[in-house]
Amino acid sequence: MAKVHTIDLINLSKKFGEDLVLDNMNLYIRQNEFLTLLGPSGCGKTTTLRIIGGFENPTEGKVVFEGNDITGLPPYLRQINTVFQRYALFPHLNVFENIAFGLKIKKKSNEEIKKKVTQMLELVNLAGFEKRNIESLSGGQQQRIAIARALVNEPKVLLLDEPLGALDLKLRKEMQIELKKMQQSVGITFIYVTHDQEEALTMSDTVVVMDKGKIQQIGTPIDIYNEPQNRFVAQFIGESNILDGIMEKDFKVWFLSKEFICVDKGFDKDEKVDVVIRPEDVEIVEEDKAQLMGIVKNVLFKGVHYEMEVQTNDYTWKIHSTIMKDAGSYVGLRIVPDNIHVMRKEK
Amino acid sequence: MKLSKHGYFYLIWMAIFIAIPLFMVAYLAFTSGDSQSISLANFSLENFKRFFTPMYLEVLKKSIQLAFISTIICFLLGYPVAYIISKAKLKNRNILILLFVIPMWMNFLLRTYAWLTLLGKNGIINLLITKLGFQPLDLLYNDTAVLLGMVYNFLPFMVLPIFSVLTKMDNSLIEASWDLGANKLKTFLKVIFPLSLPGVLSGVTMVFIPAVSTFVISSLLGGNKTYLIGNLIEQQFRYTGDWHFGSAMSIILMVFILISMALTSKFDKDKEGDVSGLW
Ligand SMILES: Nc1ncnc2c1ncn2[C@@H]1O[C@H](COP(=O)(O)OP(=O)(O)OP(=O)(O)O)[C@@H](O)[C@H]1O
Ligand SMILES: [Mg+2]
Repeated sequence: MAKVHTIDLINLSKKFGEDLVLDNMNLYIRQNEFLTLLGPSGCGKTTTLRIIGGFENPTEGKVVFEGNDITGLPPYLRQINTVFQRYALFPHLNVFENIAFGLKIKKKSNEEIKKKVTQMLELVNLAGFEKRNIESLSGGQQQRIAIARALVNEPKVLLLDEPLGALDLKLRKEMQIELKKMQQSVGITFIYVTHDQEEALTMSDTVVVMDKGKIQQIGTPIDIYNEPQNRFVAQFIGESNILDGIMEKDFKVWFLSKEFICVDKGFDKDEKVDVVIRPEDVEIVEEDKAQLMGIVKNVLFKGVHYEMEVQTNDYTWKIHSTIMKDAGSYVGLRIVPDNIHVMRKEK
Repeated sequence: MKLSKHGYFYLIWMAIFIAIPLFMVAYLAFTSGDSQSISLANFSLENFKRFFTPMYLEVLKKSIQLAFISTIICFLLGYPVAYIISKAKLKNRNILILLFVIPMWMNFLLRTYAWLTLLGKNGIINLLITKLGFQPLDLLYNDTAVLLGMVYNFLPFMVLPIFSVLTKMDNSLIEASWDLGANKLKTFLKVIFPLSLPGVLSGVTMVFIPAVSTFVISSLLGGNKTYLIGNLIEQQFRYTGDWHFGSAMSIILMVFILISMALTSKFDKDKEGDVSGLW
């Protein structure tokens, strides 16, 4: 028997009035997976999460939880908990009461509540904060209380909507590591929403890239980065050089009025394609080994590498290199076949 | 403390319209003599002593009772109304709240007189009752009529502050409560209601104070059956001419209101942590 997924989203669509916000979305989420929904603002990430949480009903399609259809089930009957974007901690309750809220609703005994809340506070590194007022906590502390409040209910799935969005960069990085550790130690499924691609790539097992209510690509962070499936993903994840090309035949692509050898095949003859090349995959070489020649327009030192723009005929390349070249110098460029990614143009 | 131009303006304003009258009332309350020649009065606690006799205390007790009951009725009616309106769609919400506010734009006396026509011996309600073949009822000039007048006049003051707290409430708190397993009823009891307490507190204050000191409603709808502290004070100033006794009673009422409000907001603070109430 095939293993049942924790969550399946089947042909999910959502309309607000006439606006189609989610367009026929299909996705499954496995047990203990850290899955991230990534995409630009307004692409439907929060809406997807709210449908899984039960705060919003899909216009079409189903939400399936461990094999059972839960579409239409109210949030309080789902074994799913949420960490809200602005934390949504109860201001009239103290830290202890906030975390104990779900357990009290489930009528657990006082000793059990006390024990679990204490454990949770330890997990989120806030032992001894029981009596504190919510308003007296810093953003990062509130954020951790929100996670504790959700996790203490031992949900099968935890939904997190940009939980680090309001924190400063340093705290954000720390919390990313802490969150990932917590997810591994408690062993539950995380569905995480962010529009920060770096965050998505460092934390997730699986990344779902969305745009305009449609899934653009599902894959591991490495897949998504190295093998973007279309122009949107390539542009959204990391920096890219994206060029218009023509696929002459298998393993031969033509761009910038030159023929290049690549590793892609299976296109129509002379099909118009997008050619994606990462900035770090363009090598700076001597003229005799070069495929293209160009003039360095500007150089920025970025710690580990130099970031430069090189103007060849008709295209300005973004290049990351450890070799320093002065602005104005004439340089040769080379790209090995492996690093040329050819993708179909979107209709 | 340095005050801006506006600051001075308010200071003068407050001096003229609050401090000086208050001072005059206090002065009158603690003196006795001929009201018409204030300067000749001398210090005395006579007015207060006079008030603390069973006859007058009975009037105070009755005033508090009626004000208390009408506040509770306003709360019981006003909370659900405020809640339902706050849940309505934005467009309807404004219309509904307007419907509640519009009667308040009409003159207070006029509105109260309207009840006379409704409740009177030959009023509209009794007309209907007799048409149906029953004996006419004594609807006017009793405590119930006064309560009705209070509730009718002061209900909007309960609805508006509660409505305002409820509409400003962060919806994600309600969703968080559902998320943690609380159904709609439990969410109301454990999240929505506690968070709306500051609104309830202002509502209670805004109903109780005018209700406990009213004299118009009680004299129009209560006739001479329902005699409240407000009527007593009015009588001293308008008919008996004993400004000293009237002022003393005003002070007693004021102190009573201050104490009861302080208690209410303390109760609220105890429960709420540090929700800033009126104090
Ligand atoms: N309740 C609603 N009524 C109408 N339109 C809505 C509603 N909620 C969301 N939308 C619209 O749906 C689209 C997707 O919104 P959503 O909040 O899911 O985006 P998001 O991917 O979470 O964006 P962000 O990164 O900015 O949070 C947006 O165009 C938004 O305006
Ligand atoms: Mg969002």
